[in-house]
Amino acid sequence: MSETLEIIDLFVEVEGKPILRGVTLTIRRGETHALMGPNGSGKSTLGLVLMGHPKYTVTSGDILLNGQSILEASPDERARAGLFLAFQRPVAIPGVKMADFLRHAATNVRNPERKEGEDLMPMKEFRQELRAKMAQLKMDPDFARRYVNDGFSGGEMKRAEILQLAMLQPKFAILDETDSGLDADAVRLASQSIAEIGGAKMGLLIITHHDKLLEHNPPQYTHVIMGGRIVETGGRELADELHRNGYQRIRDEHPEAAAMNDTNTKPEAVTA
Amino acid sequence: MAATDVIVNDETGVGEINKYDFRTETHSVFKARKGLDEDIVRQISALKNEPKWMLDFRLHALKVFFSKPMPKWGGEINLDFQDIYYYIKPTEQQGRTWDDVPSEIKDTFEKLGIPEAERKYLAGVKAQFESEVIYGSLKEDLAEKGVIFTDTDTAVREYPELLREHFGKIIPTEDNKFAALNSAVWSGGSFIYVPKGVKIDFPLQAYFRINEENMGQFERTLIIVDEGAQVHYVEGCTAPMYTSESLHSAVVEVIVKRNGRCRYTTIQNWANNIYNLVTKRAYAYGDAVMEWVDGNLGSQLTMKYPAVHMMEPGARGEILSIAFANKGQHQDAGAKLVHQAPNTTGQIISKSISKNGGRASYRGLARVDKGAVGSKCSVVCDALILDDASRSDTYPYIEVLEQDVSIGHEASVSRIGEEQLFYLTSRGMSEAEASTMIVNGFIEPLVKELPMEYAVELNRLIQLQMEGSVG
Repeated sequence: MSETLEIIDLFVEVEGKPILRGVTLTIRRGETHALMGPNGSGKSTLGLVLMGHPKYTVTSGDILLNGQSILEASPDERARAGLFLAFQRPVAIPGVKMADFLRHAATNVRNPERKEGEDLMPMKEFRQELRAKMAQLKMDPDFARRYVNDGFSGGEMKRAEILQLAMLQPKFAILDETDSGLDADAVRLASQSIAEIGGAKMGLLIITHHDKLLEHNPPQYTHVIMGGRIVETGGRELADELHRNGYQRIRDEHPEAAAMNDTNTKPEAVTA
Repeated sequence: MAATDVIVNDETGVGEINKYDFRTETHSVFKARKGLDEDIVRQISALKNEPKWMLDFRLHALKVFFSKPMPKWGGEINLDFQDIYYYIKPTEQQGRTWDDVPSEIKDTFEKLGIPEAERKYLAGVKAQFESEVIYGSLKEDLAEKGVIFTDTDTAVREYPELLREHFGKIIPTEDNKFAALNSAVWSGGSFIYVPKGVKIDFPLQAYFRINEENMGQFERTLIIVDEGAQVHYVEGCTAPMYTSESLHSAVVEVIVKRNGRCRYTTIQNWANNIYNLVTKRAYAYGDAVMEWVDGNLGSQLTMKYPAVHMMEPGARGEILSIAFANKGQHQDAGAKLVHQAPNTTGQIISKSISKNGGRASYRGLARVDKGAVGSKCSVVCDALILDDASRSDTYPYIEVLEQDVSIGHEASVSRIGEEQLFYLTSRGMSEAEASTMIVNGFIEPLVKELPMEYAVELNRLIQLQMEGSVG
């Protein structure tokens, strides 16, 4: 049986405000899905909810990982079960070195039964692996000694997320605008990197506005989300079309979702 | 005969055993009665065979102690000074080698890991067990260079002139009530002299430990760094837990002469019932550098503000302070910089963490005297509060009596952010592990200044403080 991440009719609120209104999506391991949509459509929310962000409340629906609901699982349990989210805006953890952070993360994810305080993976083994991965991603070895996301440029943050993806080798990964804030060359490098570290073996959900990130990771499916619902699903060609022509056709065909989306992007206009 | 361990404070039997939370039964050779008066002070002095000047010094200090009121600031002190032992001598003589040390005392040190530490790169070990330094060693090459590293009692006998020249000069008896108390009943502590131009590249270390209920520990340390000389002194303190109050009140005086350099590192993890009231002060002369690295964990109340007085042009003072206030603890810690000469430079970096209702206060002084032109003084204090029950305060005192100077003060208070926790937990770390990581990151700028084994120990102590904290 193939491994799956299933999102079933998912409704989500943040601070009482509905964001997702019935999202259904199944990703099999080895597949690449692109998720596109205008601002405020709920793309990032979907990523955060899948990872278990405490601010978001699932009001109905379910998320199944290999048939098991993970709604009650904490973020660390989800990570240990093989889920990964590359953050659109990763936070800084001052004073914590990338290497220490990655060693803790890799140990926990590879040994899901580990309790706090139990041994970390051996330093030597970890270092060798980290060095190899960083070389593969053409990263300066000094990067490992810097504090997590602290003073990183936009590009460095995204590369750090890809490095984590490479080290943790999740079963399913959501990449939330891993291309935003990067110039064309940097996006190409990111796209290449994701392919090289074995993105094709994972189930990938790539959230993006552009097609460059998809260049080396061609999606079998493209989904368009608008107003908190997936309104259209197609193949690679749909991503190309949206990149060329924008969302106007979708808006015209789904006026209700478009109106909902506009409400989401203007929170001050919401009335009780 | 094997020593008996009594695990204290384990009423339920389910709590994790703090590595430092054990007690070894000892057989004290001499224990003065409880309480404080002239007789006790005379007894202490007589037992130590002290010269008359030291007895007079003590008796004068006792009068000063009784005449001074309790400080009205800082933390609350509920101590009955007549319900404390002021002197206990655990063994007849100071052991010269490890084999000479009585087994139950050795047992305590072994639990603290001192022998392992010694096998590494220690220059010498001075381990203070209760009131007397009982074991010490010093590498021969240091002795050949004229370096003196001994306990202060021995120094009174063997280096009377050198000691008397500086003893009580940096921190006079009248300085404060607890300095006066220490001056009256002091016992043990380290005496270090580093001759001109001698640079010691490895840290000199001392471990202090209180192990008798209701016993105050009043060590007295004096460090003299001569011109162009250099030393790093490291002091680690751990104490077992008891049910009634215990008092630790030390005095540490440091003189760094022209072009000299001294770093004094302290990591303390006192039991929750200890009052830790310490006076530490250094004089730095022309172009000399004095650094205090001060880590405070545990205790019921700590009041400690290491000071650097920059006495001559070009002197530099740096103070790094970490305080961790857990449940039932008040850390009133900080630092003082006093610029008394032109072109002196001072820096204070303070980091405090409060958790489970603990209270961490930063109290610091930055003073620039008249005439100290061109001086630079920078104070940065950051507080991290882990929950709503905990508290952090900042009391910065700034006194500037000169125009042409540069003074900077920055303060920040933060809480562990939900986004930081989410980020770390999304990478497989439990919430407790993530919090510990954030706290360790917060103090990392200070930890990286510590010798490796102390950095490891501090991280472990913080991990113990953090365990089971997040619900």
